[in-house]
Formats: sequence, C-alpha cells, structure tokens
Amino acid sequence: MSASMVRVEGLDVRYGSAHVLRDVSFELAAGRTVGVVGESGSGKSTLAKVLVGTAPIASGSVEVDGVDVASADRAALRTYRRRIQMIPQDPFSSLSPRRTIGQTLAEAIDPVRARVTEHEERIGGWLERVGLQADMLHRYPHEFSGGQRQRIAIARGLIIDPHFVIADEITSALDVSVQAQILELLAEIKASLGLTMMFISHNLAVVQRVSDEVIVLFQGEVVESGPVERIYADPQHWYTRRLLEADPGSAGFSLAG
Amino acid sequence: MADPTTAVRAAGGPRTFAWNPALVVGLVMLGVIAIVAIVAPLTMSGQATGIGGTPNLGSAPEHPLGTDTLGRDMLARTLVASQATVLMAAIATGLSAAAGIAFGVAVWLAPRRIREIGLRAIEFAVSYPTMLVAIIVAAILGQGVVQVVIAIAVANIAGFARLTANLAAKIASSEYVSTARLMGVPAHRIALRHVLPNMAEPTLILIAGAFSGALVEISGLSFIGLGAQTPAFDWGTLLNDGLSKIAVNPVVILGPAVALTFTSLAALLVGDGLAAAANPRSNTTRARLERIEGEPAVQDADAVLVADGITVRHGVTGRTLVDDVSFSIRRGEVLGIVGESGSGKSVTASVVGRLLGEGLSASARRLQLGGTDLLGRVPERTLAEKMAFVYQDPGTALNPALILGIQLSDVLRIRLRHSRRGAFGILLAGFRAVKLTDPEGRLRQYPHQLSGGMKQRAMIASAMSVKPELLIADEPTTALDVTVQREVLTLLKRLNEESGTAVLFISHDLGVVRALCDRVLVMKDGRIVERIDDVRSLSQETVTHPYTKQLLAATPVVSVPVAADQDEVTA
Repeated sequence: MSASMVRVEGLDVRYGSAHVLRDVSFELAAGRTVGVVGESGSGKSTLAKVLVGTAPIASGSVEVDGVDVASADRAALRTYRRRIQMIPQDPFSSLSPRRTIGQTLAEAIDPVRARVTEHEERIGGWLERVGLQADMLHRYPHEFSGGQRQRIAIARGLIIDPHFVIADEITSALDVSVQAQILELLAEIKASLGLTMMFISHNLAVVQRVSDEVIVLFQGEVVESGPVERIYADPQHWYTRRLLEADPGSAGFSLAG
Repeated sequence: MADPTTAVRAAGGPRTFAWNPALVVGLVMLGVIAIVAIVAPLTMSGQATGIGGTPNLGSAPEHPLGTDTLGRDMLARTLVASQATVLMAAIATGLSAAAGIAFGVAVWLAPRRIREIGLRAIEFAVSYPTMLVAIIVAAILGQGVVQVVIAIAVANIAGFARLTANLAAKIASSEYVSTARLMGVPAHRIALRHVLPNMAEPTLILIAGAFSGALVEISGLSFIGLGAQTPAFDWGTLLNDGLSKIAVNPVVILGPAVALTFTSLAALLVGDGLAAAANPRSNTTRARLERIEGEPAVQDADAVLVADGITVRHGVTGRTLVDDVSFSIRRGEVLGIVGESGSGKSVTASVVGRLLGEGLSASARRLQLGGTDLLGRVPERTLAEKMAFVYQDPGTALNPALILGIQLSDVLRIRLRHSRRGAFGILLAGFRAVKLTDPEGRLRQYPHQLSGGMKQRAMIASAMSVKPELLIADEPTTALDVTVQREVLTLLKRLNEESGTAVLFISHDLGVVRALCDRVLVMKDGRIVERIDDVRSLSQETVTHPYTKQLLAATPVVSVPVAADQDEVTA
C-alpha cells in the first residue's frame, strides 16, 4: 500500500449548470485525519460522495486506497466500498427503526446474509468498544439516545476494519455535552486503530479536536489547507478567519452589529 | 453513559400498540364473518341449494328472508355465499397488494432511469377508474369466478403501486437505506429488511380499505353477470337474482345487501382502527394549565415576565418533566435557559408561550406577562400583541406553499386586524430592520427561494413586527452554520437593544448563550441547577454546579487565539 490513502487532483463536479466542486486537490497520508470545513453549499458533502463513488466526476483524478474512483467499474466499486465507510450525519434516520442493533451491525459485516448469531461476539465486542454493552444487541434504535445511536453508527462504520472512514457532520445533530463524548470516542479509536479519516463539519472547533490537517472549502473551492496548528494559529484566507471568529468561544467573537 | 436516554425514547421507533373501539369492533365483526364463511357452507348448503321449497316466499318463520324463484332459503344462501364472496375479495386484494407493493417498492430501488419510467407508468395507470379497468379485463377474460378475481386484482394494482411508491420514496431516501446500499446489500434484501417493515402500518390500513373496495367491486361484477355463474353464487349474483323480484318480494335482497354492508363496514372499521392505533396523537389528552396556591418564589416588581413554580407532568405516565421552575425577565433583558435534550427547557418555554404539547399538564403559582395573567383566560389578541416566537428550524416553520408576505403577516392581519397593505408595510419595515436583501421582492417569494439564514431573519422580522414585550427563541440558531449563527445572534442582540423587547433564549450550547444573554439558567432533568447572573465572567471557577462545569468543558472552543484585527467581516 502506498503511503498516500487519498489523492485528489483537479477535481471538478457539476450538477447540471451548478459547479459544485472546482479544481479541488489534496492528499491524505495513511493514518492521518483531515478535517473538511465549510458552510452548507460549500461542497463538502459532495466531496464525500465523490470519495465513495456516488457523485459524477466531471474532470480530475480521484484515487483512494489504490483505486481510481473515476474509472472503476461497478464490480470494482463494490469491493472498494467494502474497504471505505461513511458514518452518516443523523443518528435518528441512519438506523432502521424496525431492525435491532445486532441486525444492523450484522448487515455491515455480511450484507447478504446478515445473521446476528454468526457474528455475535464481534458485534458485542464493538458495542463495548464504543461505550455500550454487549447485551444491547437485541434492542431497537428507539431505545437509545441520540448520542448512543451515533455510537452505534460509528460501530457500524468501523466493524469491518475499513481502510478509510468518512464522518459527515456526525456531531452536528447532538447536544454539546454528547458531542464532546463522541469526539472523545473518535479520538480514542483513531489513536488505537491508526484510522485514516475524513471528518466533515461546519464547526472549526469540532474539527480541531480530531483532525491533523484541515481543508477549508468555500463555494466549491479549497481556499486554504494545511496542518491544524498552522491554520488555527495563522489563517491566511479571509474566509477561514471569518469561520474562526464565528465560533462563540473565540477571542474575535463579538455580537457588535 | 450520561446520555439523556429517556427523552428521546418516544421518538421515531415502534410504539406500543394502542387498541381502540373501532379496531376491536371491526375485528369482532370480521371474526363473525370468518366463522360464518367457514361453518355455513358445511352445515347449510342443503338448505341453500336444495330445490323444491315454496318459491318466492316473503318473510316467514322458517324462511326469515324468504325464498327465491326456485324456493331456496335466502338466509341460508346469503350465509353460504359469504365464503365465496369473502374469499374472492380476499384473494383479489392479496394479489393486487402483492403485485402493487412489489412494483411500488421496486421502482424506488431501481436505477434512476427505470424509476422515472415506472413512476410515469403508475401515474398513467391510476388515471383510469378502477371499475372501468376491471370490467374491461373481465370482458376480455370472459365470465367466471377466477376471471373476476383476476380482473379486480389487476384493476387495483395501480392504486397499491402508487401509494406504496409514495411510502417507499421516503424510506428509500433515508440514511439507513443509503448506508445499506453503500455497504453492498442487494436490492431485494434492502426491500425485505428495510423498506417493507418500515411501511407495514400504512400498508395494512391500505389493505383493509382495498378489501372493502374489492368486495363491492366483485359483487358489482357478479351483479352484472360477469362473476359467479350458476350454480355457483355469491352476494352479487344473489342481489341480481333478487332484483327482478324487488317489486313483489323486496325481502329477498335484504340478505346479500346487509351482508355486503356489514362486511365492508367491518373492513373499514379495522382500517380506521389501525390508522388510529398507528397515530401517536390519537390517544393523548388535551394540554392543561392550572393555577396552584403557594408561597411565591419570585418577587420582582420590574419584571416583564414572572414565572413562578412551573411544573409540567406527562398526562398519562405522570412523569415530571419540569419541576418547580421559577424565574423572571426584566424589560430589555435576555434570559438564557441552557440544558441538553430532555432537560425540560423547551417545555418550560412552551408553558410560558401557552403552547403546551398535547398530553401534558402544567401548573404554576404565577405566570404573568406585563400585567396579563397567563394562567387565566387571555384574549388571543392580547397574547398576539405581547408575545412572539422564533423556532429552531426555519425550514419547517414556514409553509412551502405560501409566499412570505402572506404567512409572515398572519398575526398582524388576523389577530391585530391590520389591512393587508398595512400589514405588508409593517413587515417590509421589519425585513429592512433585519437587513434582508431585496425586502420588497421577499414579500412575494416562497420559502425555498431563501437560504436558511435568510428564512430565520424573515421569521425574526415577523416575530418582532407586533412589537412584543417578550420574544421566545427556542434554539433559533441550532440548524444554522456557524457564520450564519453569528449573524442571527448579532441581529437578535441588536433588536433587543433597540426595541427593549425581553428575550427568553433556549439553547443547548452554553457558548452561544454566553455570547447573547444577560443571565443564564442551567436546567437538568426538569430543574434549575444553577443561576448565572454574571455571564461576562463565566468560567470554570465562577460556576458551582458540577453539571454546569461539565457543560462548560464540553462547549467546543477553538483553542488558538485569533488576530483581533479581523473583527468586522459580517456587517
């Protein structure tokens, strides 16, 4: 495996006349986490879709885990998607209400048969890993809080030992105190498993807690990118500064109209 | 786990089944029909088919519903015919449900191009009246029981397909289905595991209604001679036979007519009962707001709002959601209530706004807004003048089908009796005050033409248009991006300072609350655990309750100071 997990060069994505991503280039080394920051409409979720092969690539090259996503055929994409995982945003709609947690996790391990009994140990182990109890696998999603559900969604994303994980706004639907717990969990799992991850959020403070590098997206373009320490200490682009100041806890924050 | 499990339990999952009278009565009726359909052909077929009795009898003790032209007992014939009729309707419904549901679900799991063709095909098919299609199919297939069942089944497929396609559309776009697709779950397994179980309730209701329809349609086809052929008979043929004698012996059509009505009614009752059972609101009681006596905990002569001893309980379970919460807000003040989901902060605000949810009962010692007692009867107009709301999600708070000018001037026009032109004028001034671009044009725009931040500005303009004494803002920035959040908070602060309107601001984010509010209440499990009067110097050292410390530590803060010279970018 090459040292570089993700290599994107000159990526353009268009939906009809809308130019959603323009000339996006970045590289992510294995074992590192990149934070992608931007507002609604900045193209950050589209970038995630490109990486899992569900968005049309107008031009440019996208290589993830040695696979050329732009030219991969259906069969290649199918095996590729078993090695990458996306953890979705909303813990309330990402778990099927009529399936037990065990069934949901079993489906991640074996999408075709999805037998809980064949994987009980592994499922229980992962439930404990994300701070729940192994015997909760027979419960339904509505028996859990939002934070607990997001832990389950994280377990589902990681249970097949993916090479690359995309977390799309996974804390933005949660209360701040629960958000802090989830970020702590992610940081801990990341350190122990050496995960390569893309962490998407509109909140710079949240991104800072888990990322090694940051990409700032504005209207489909990368306006700034680099190591976390540099971006937060010395932002070069006005938009990055504006994002930083919008954080209610930052020194530059004021409500002076 | 410190997660607030209890509050979200009720949301979104399978609910406990709520039995109701319609469902019980309908099921009992269906049970009676089922027993008759099984027993009658075994015990009464002799009476029903044996020729040789007196023909064309009226009602008599041995033949309560008379006899037909061949002297056969009509009661026995009606009861025996129930088996054939109900079976035909059930099989036809089953076939059309199976085919229609399969089609409706498959359309949403198919690739986009096939889906478009499938959806158009469904729309095309439903545009033909069911009965017309059934008659045409039956005419092609010829007479007979099997032919009629197939005709009715075919005619009803389109209806099933359209309704299940609508249900499946929502489920197919859910995150759990898209995640399953990404994981490589085969389409037919997605249908069986995820789509079908999650549309079970509405589908059952639909099937009950369709059965009732099929019953009538099959009888209709038999009535016009396409269905059961002599010597076989069902309720439709019995009706047809009786019709020729209706003038001389009307009692003979009574049996099949009543049987049809009874069975159809049973199916509809079951359908209605299922619908009511599936609706979580159908069994809740009305919200109640009562005064209780007691020593006042709040003494504040200058207050705009005095809330003393607010307690809220769940009407059915009796669980306490808010426990003796007291506070006051002065003119021009911004009071924040902070806490996580389930802390009772939004329920508290809903009591103040007299918008308590169904099934909850609230009490307070005193609830007074600028001289108006909110515990007594308050004229709608007074309420509309004194209080206004801004909600969390401007996307769902606005009606997508109405232009902003109309829906945002509702209170002005309806409660405060302004003319349409006058109301638009006031709203326009509001739009300008919240710095909406192109304020005149916005009046005629629909919600989808505005961004989330713009919508929230428009909502605030509308709320402030009545010059309220109190503005209740429940998580007004939670659904917004950080930069937009800052703009909306800035706007709220400015309007508060300019107009002197007091603000009750609800949020889970202590960082946001700290930036905007003069005083803060920290709520946990329905109680106020800490009152922070000096927000400016808020820190781990100044707060005392462990929960407040925990909230403060959890608040995400960028940890590197930013150059302070880039302050004014937003304005």
